[in-house]
Amino acid sequence: MSNSNTKPDGAARLGWAGVRRHPLLLVLPALVLLILIMAVPLITIIARSFIDPVPGLGNYSWFFSHKLNLIVLWRTFVISFWVTISCVLVAYPYAFAMSVAGPRLRLILVLCVLVPFWVSGVVRTLAWVIILQDTGVINQFVIWLGFDKLSLIRTQLGVTIGMTQVLLPFMVMPLFAVMRGIDLRLIEAAKSLGSHPVKAFFQVYLPLSLPGVFAGATIVFILALGFYITPLLLGGPSSTMLSTLVQQQVMSLLNWGRGGAMGVILLVATFGFLALASPFMRRKYDISGGSK
Amino acid sequence: MRRILPRILLGTICVLIALWLVAPTLVVVPMSFAEQKSLVFPPSGFSLQWYENFFTNKQWYGSLIVSLKVALIVALLATVLGTLAAIGIERAKGRSAGILRAILITPIIIPGVVMAIGIYAVYLDTRLVGTLTGYVLAHTMLALPFVVIAVGASLSVFDARLETAAASLGASRLSAFFTVTLPLILPGILSGMLFAFVTSFDEVIVSLFITSPQATTLPVRIFASITRDSDPTVAAVGSLTFLATTIIIGAGLLVGTRRGRSK
Repeated sequence: MSNSNTKPDGAARLGWAGVRRHPLLLVLPALVLLILIMAVPLITIIARSFIDPVPGLGNYSWFFSHKLNLIVLWRTFVISFWVTISCVLVAYPYAFAMSVAGPRLRLILVLCVLVPFWVSGVVRTLAWVIILQDTGVINQFVIWLGFDKLSLIRTQLGVTIGMTQVLLPFMVMPLFAVMRGIDLRLIEAAKSLGSHPVKAFFQVYLPLSLPGVFAGATIVFILALGFYITPLLLGGPSSTMLSTLVQQQVMSLLNWGRGGAMGVILLVATFGFLALASPFMRRKYDISGGSK
Repeated sequence: MRRILPRILLGTICVLIALWLVAPTLVVVPMSFAEQKSLVFPPSGFSLQWYENFFTNKQWYGSLIVSLKVALIVALLATVLGTLAAIGIERAKGRSAGILRAILITPIIIPGVVMAIGIYAVYLDTRLVGTLTGYVLAHTMLALPFVVIAVGASLSVFDARLETAAASLGASRLSAFFTVTLPLILPGILSGMLFAFVTSFDEVIVSLFITSPQATTLPVRIFASITRDSDPTVAAVGSLTFLATTIIIGAGLLVGTRRGRSK
């Protein structure tokens, strides 16, 4: 240490001076990797969607003129929508409990959210297969109770249940981050001014927590749109999502143009939704910045 | 009374949610000790044959070795690249830094299958399909955002004046970084490294496309096994990884709380 202090190496000194003047040089190595492994592949796919097998918009007009494609596209949105709604409903009380709990209880609640996160995604989906299958845990319980068998696996319900569990951490974390910043005395103040607790919740607490809901819902929805493994293992023909079609076109039919076009549609949907939602997410910073 | 009822309600809801989060993962554990050769719950009998199968079947333990190799290199590479990038962004601030930060985080948002077919297309041309280099490059790209976020978070609470103070006391820029900044942002770097390791160890979508019989990663092997047959070895693998991560996180928590107390 003291050596570098008294006698800095010439080259290192030059390098550090350059970095000091242009700190963004430090980003360069990471950027090169992203260009090679992210940008080039994406550009390849976008290009192929327009030129493979013949130049033009053929792949896109094929996509939008076939009913099956449109059904799957619509279903992808619908499943993502329901997954987002169920994530909000499940995560809201949970994140609220996290924000009011003591440190020890909070740690346990955080761990319960993260445990599934730390277990291999494929294994987690396998666990859901075991639970939801026709001879699975839930159905054995249902039959033991004397009811008819439920079809859970290979249905949209099964896919929704599995995806909600996988995506829940992405909803809980932003919600918790916003909720822990909300001053609970505001509710007490509303109550002391004569407001009913339920009304105080809807008029005071809920609006303050909305930025967290929007942030979490946006992430969950976007990630759900691109889900592949869970719908594949838990779903059936009636719950195919767009990702599966992309894979079929490229790997089974070797049709890079059509697969690429579907991929581009998925990309456009993802970034389009992000652009639509970002004004709502930005409010988060205004509020948290103002309250600090 | 009116104050207790909502509390009980909230508590019950949370216990149910916590169960729903954790229980499915635990289902795999009893399955792994089953005697029958199917994944039906509840399992019957007791045997260690599936663990034995995992450690004696080269297809299984070979894929574990591939995954471990890849994940270790990815953890190192992504941590170095990501930490440098996070420091650059934090120093530069301003508009271009914000844009660069957004670019570095995009791999999280890109739908997995789109990324996968793109990388597959490029790898076919560059002969990287099924190679360690191929896995390492793709996984490092996917892990980068997590390092940038984790290190960026600890840099944003780091007081840059500390480094200036060290410099004013005669430390060179480099030694100020290594003796002042680095120890303070180390927790962020370590959690980023852990995230990078897990991202790689767990990655399945891109790996499924760029896999080859010569080099298969563990998640791809598990996936193939689930879709092809219902081999309970999968449950043994799941239980083993669950045990390993529990030990790692438990150790991390212990160290963390001890540190918190000593402060």
